[in-house]
Amino acid sequence: MEFGPHLMLAMIEGAVMAAVLALMASGLSLVFGVMRVVNVAHGEFYMLGAVAAWVVTDLVGAGPAWSFAAALILAPLCIGTLAAAIDMSVLKRLSYDPERTIVATIGLLYILQQATLMGYGADARPVAAPFDTRIALPWVEWAQGGLALYWPWGLSVTAYKLFVIAAAIVILLGLRLLMTRSRIGLVMRATRIDGEMALAFGIPVERVYALVFGLGAGLAALAGVLVVPISQAHYLMGGDALLLSFIVVIIGGLGSLGGTIVAAILIGMGEGIVSVFFSPTLAKIIATLLVALVLVFRPQGLFGARAR
Amino acid sequence: MRGETARSIALHGGLIAALVLGHFLLPEYHHGNLARIMVLAAYAIGYNILFGYTGLLSLGHAMFFAAGMYGLALGIRHLGLTPGPALLAGIAAGATLSLVVGLLALRTVGVAFMIVTLMFAQAVHLTILLAGRWTRGDEGFVIQPAQRNLWGIDLSQSDARYLAALALFVLTLALCLWLVRSRFGRVLVAVRENEERTRLLGYDTWAHKLGAVVISGTLSAAAGAAYALLFGYAGASFATVQYSILPLLWVLLGGAGTVVGPFLGTLFMFYLIDWASGVTSAYMLVAGVALVLLTLFAPQGMAGLVRARLWRGLP
Repeated sequence: MEFGPHLMLAMIEGAVMAAVLALMASGLSLVFGVMRVVNVAHGEFYMLGAVAAWVVTDLVGAGPAWSFAAALILAPLCIGTLAAAIDMSVLKRLSYDPERTIVATIGLLYILQQATLMGYGADARPVAAPFDTRIALPWVEWAQGGLALYWPWGLSVTAYKLFVIAAAIVILLGLRLLMTRSRIGLVMRATRIDGEMALAFGIPVERVYALVFGLGAGLAALAGVLVVPISQAHYLMGGDALLLSFIVVIIGGLGSLGGTIVAAILIGMGEGIVSVFFSPTLAKIIATLLVALVLVFRPQGLFGARAR
Repeated sequence: MRGETARSIALHGGLIAALVLGHFLLPEYHHGNLARIMVLAAYAIGYNILFGYTGLLSLGHAMFFAAGMYGLALGIRHLGLTPGPALLAGIAAGATLSLVVGLLALRTVGVAFMIVTLMFAQAVHLTILLAGRWTRGDEGFVIQPAQRNLWGIDLSQSDARYLAALALFVLTLALCLWLVRSRFGRVLVAVRENEERTRLLGYDTWAHKLGAVVISGTLSAAAGAAYALLFGYAGASFATVQYSILPLLWVLLGGAGTVVGPFLGTLFMFYLIDWASGVTSAYMLVAGVALVLLTLFAPQGMAGLVRARLWRGLP
C-alpha cells in the first residue's frame, strides 16, 4: 500500500485511541478538578470496566449486540458504585489530603490489580464486537484526466471502530451538558470553586465528592468497555492507559475538560501515527519527556488557566 | 542534649551490634535475606532523606537505583572495569542523573513534582528497554562471580556479601544520622514544615532542596550499584514504577523522618511478603492493603509511633 492510504488508516487508529483516551482522561480530570485528588488507581477502573464487560457478556450470552449493550450499561454502573464506596470508606477518612490520597490510591491500584488476577486470571480475553461489518474506504488519486475515486484493496475499517468514535463524542457532549446545564453540574462546579463556601450554602460536599469519584471511575470503565472488542481484557492493561491519560490531563491543563479533549486528540492521533511509522518505545520515551518538560516549564498545561 | 546523644548512640550502635551478631548466629536462609534487606534499607534511607526529612514525595526513585545498578553493571560488562571503579561509575551516574532531574523537577511543587519524577523514571525505564542490545532489557544479565572480586574479597560468597551489605548499611546510616543533626539537615526539616517561613529567615530553600535530591539520589544509586555487585544481576524490572513505590512503602511503614524507620520498614515488609507469598501468590495484594491501612491508621509509621509515645527526641 502506498503512503497516503496508509496514513489514513493510521489516522483512524489514532482517532479511536483519542476517543478512548478522551473518555478516560476526562474522568481523571473531573476528579482532580472538583476534589483536588490525583487518582492513581484510575487505570484500574478502566481495566475493571473491560473485565466487567467480559463478565457481563459471558453471563448474558444473548448474541453479541444485546450482551454488549448490557455491558455498556451495567459495567460503568457497577464500577462507579464501587468507586463511590471506596471514596466514602477510604478517601473521606484521609480528608482528601493530596499526598496521603496518592499513597492510598497506589495501594488501591495494587489491591484491584491483584484481586482481578486472582478472580479473573492472567489471560487476555476477547469480547465479540456488537457488529462486525467492514466498511471499505475510498481513496482519491490523481489519475489520467483528473481526480478519480477508487477503493484500494484492503483499505477498510470495522464499523465498530467508527462506533467507538461516535459514542465517545456523544458521551462527552452529554458530560458537558451535565456540567453546564444541570443542577448537579452546578453543584459540582460550586464545589470545585470553593468547597467550604459550598458547604456553608448547604451543599452536601461529601456526597458530591462520592458522586464525582464514582462518575470519574464510571467514565474510565466506559472507556474500558468500549475498548474490549478491539484489544481484549487483561489484568495489566491499566498501567499504560493511566500513564497516557496522565499525559493528556497534564498537557490539557489539570482540571480543564475542554483542554483535556483537545490534548486527547493531539496525543491519540500522534501516538497512532507515530507508532505505525516509527518504533513505539521511542515514541513513548519522547512523549513522556515532552510532557515532563511541559509540566516543568508550563505547570498549568497548554490550555489550563493559571493556577490559583 | 548530651543524654540525647548517648541514647542515640546506644540505639544505633545497638542495632549495628545486633546485625554484626546476626552474622554469626543467623541460619543460612535468614542470613541471605538480611544481606538483601540491608542493601534495600540503604535505598530506603536514601529515599527517606528526600521524602521523610525534606517532605518531597518522589515517585521516580527507581531511576536512581537503576542508574547505580547499570552504571556498575554496564561498566563491568562493556568497559571491562574492575568492581572498584565500576562502583564509583554507578554512584557518579546516580549523582549526575539526580542533579539533572533535580534542576528540572524542582521547578514544580506538590502533585506536579510527583508526576514529573514519575515520568522521568518512566523515560529511564523505557530507555533501558530500548537499549536492549546492551542492557538485555527486561531479561537482564548476570555478572559473573569472577567479575565481582572487590579488593581481593569475593563478594559472591555469602559471608563476604553479608559483611559488605552491613558496611554499606552502616555507612548510609551514619551519613543520614550525621546529616539530620547537621545544620543542613535542620534546614531540610524546616523546609518540610514551612518552606515559606524558612525562606523568609534567609535560607536558600531551593539550593537546600536540590542538595537533598542529589544526596538522596546518590545514596539510592549507591544501593543500586551495591545490589548489582552483591547479587550479580541487573535487569530493567528494577527501574519500574514498582521499585519507586517500594521505598515509599518501606519508609511509610517504618516511619518517615526517622533514621531507623527505613530499616524497620524494609525488614518488616520483606518478611511480611516472604510470609504472604507462602500463603497466596498475590503478594502485591498484601503490599496494597498495607499501604491503604498505613495511610488510614498510622501515617507516622512504626518509629513515628515510638517518637510520639516514648521518645520525642528520636532522630
